[in-house]
Amino acid sequence: MNDWMGDPGDVVIGSNHLTVVYGAEPALWNVSVSIPRRGITGVIGPNGAGKSTLIKAILGIVPKAAGECRVQDDSGTQLMGDAIGYVPQRSTVDWDFPTSVFDVVMMGTYGRLRWFQRPGKLQRQQTADALDFVGLSDLAGRQIGELSGGQQQRVFLARAFVQHPSVYLMDEPFAGVDAKTERNLFQILRRIADDGATIVMVHHDLMRVHDYFDNVVLLNRRLIDQGPTKTIFNSDNLESCYGVDAGFLTA
Amino acid sequence: MSFLELIGDHTVQVVVLGSMMVGAVSGALGCFAYLRGQSLVGDVVSHSALLGIVLAFWLFYLVTGQSSRSLLLLMPGALIAGLASLMLTRKLGTASRLKEDASLGVMLAIFFGTGMMLLRYLQRSRPPIPGRAGLDQYLFGMAAAMNTADIWMIGVVGTASIMLMMLAWSRLKIITFDPQFAMGMGLRANLHEVILLTLVVLGIIIGLQIAGVVLMVSLLVAPAAAARQWTHSLGKMVWLATAIGGVSAAMGGFISAAGKSLPTGPVIVLIVTAIFLGSLIVAPRRGLLSRWRQGDIHVT
Repeated sequence: MNDWMGDPGDVVIGSNHLTVVYGAEPALWNVSVSIPRRGITGVIGPNGAGKSTLIKAILGIVPKAAGECRVQDDSGTQLMGDAIGYVPQRSTVDWDFPTSVFDVVMMGTYGRLRWFQRPGKLQRQQTADALDFVGLSDLAGRQIGELSGGQQQRVFLARAFVQHPSVYLMDEPFAGVDAKTERNLFQILRRIADDGATIVMVHHDLMRVHDYFDNVVLLNRRLIDQGPTKTIFNSDNLESCYGVDAGFLTA
Repeated sequence: MSFLELIGDHTVQVVVLGSMMVGAVSGALGCFAYLRGQSLVGDVVSHSALLGIVLAFWLFYLVTGQSSRSLLLLMPGALIAGLASLMLTRKLGTASRLKEDASLGVMLAIFFGTGMMLLRYLQRSRPPIPGRAGLDQYLFGMAAAMNTADIWMIGVVGTASIMLMMLAWSRLKIITFDPQFAMGMGLRANLHEVILLTLVVLGIIIGLQIAGVVLMVSLLVAPAAAARQWTHSLGKMVWLATAIGGVSAAMGGFISAAGKSLPTGPVIVLIVTAIFLGSLIVAPRRGLLSRWRQGDIHVT
């Protein structure tokens, strides 16, 4: 058991004195977070605060210079790989890649395929269900380059959803979509969270923090504060996070 | 010789069959390199391979006193030189913070330059090494120099590379499309990087005898680029690139063998480039004509 992490019934993701370094610059410095089970947690901070890095360190994609992190289910068993639904930033892939909407969503099932194995009937059914959940069934055969930004984001959501993970890590899922699309996407996320999953997402826009998040992690290379949005998201904390007076946002 | 006589000629048959196999295999393997934006990597491997070929030829002569231009000897030399240049590129990049294309350019210059110097040295050395004149053919390719043993070598290496691609198909697809997600899913990035680079290296060295080190990269990349214009499915793209590469190389090999003294590389490159340009213009949806008709592009 991990004594630093806390009761698996309450805590789903934890990091312990986590430090990540790119080149000579620390991207994250001695960050210990504890993310509560269930609900939607926002990771908030200015550009270059290490928000994406935190997500990637939790997933094990970037090397840790010091410290540790862990994702656990409610019995304390460590979760890895496709047991975690990862939604990377939309801009990190080539949307001109020769593949269809259905194919991309089905990639969410590849983690369980063996060498030589191709997706079969089960994987196709899971893919169809996930597409239905995000409302993209009609576009299943489309080439991914023909989609709008919001549709591309829903494809990524469906790809994470396909294995029904209990934990989601999302990197700016609302980047580059219009307000109406953002509302639709958020409704999907709310449904996932209401079904009992935990969602952790990097978010940029401070205006919506109170509406969206049950909890927040305020980050600027170091951890500024964490906890329920109501108590943590205040002007003092925002000032130490952003270095400017942002009181108008929390009024 | 008439066309029919050429078709019946054993040498011509060997040349056409060998070229077709090379074109098909390189075309298939080139798809991942194309989609990952690694054309330059292929070019560095192919230019660097010259040093390995010349060194293998020379060492064999120094040790045995005989000379051999068999692929069984020269292909491993090319393979080692190609891999070495890629490893050194990576080392140079991490040690110096040079951008990847700059590191690649430096390695190409070093390996190809040394290879050319050694080639010229061997060709002028006294006493003359028997068979050394044939080394020149590796610059621009000479399909006519191919024999049955070479065909077997190409067949075995080609089949093994395609098997490797099939074995890892789903994983290669996802790591090419979205490496972040693939790693998050638990795929080991390093292992798959090695597999993908191995496919590039194999796709290059298999054709050096036919297309030559200078132009071989076009046989890796152009079929993929042409195929991409016609389809939105990776599977179909690979099949189409296989066909385009196979047909172009077979035609190039045939023309070169019929014309005797024509180097094969440039002939193949002209054919495959014509197919690529044609695809760029007439392909449905992505083609220039189709986009112009849809009002997507304007002629001013």
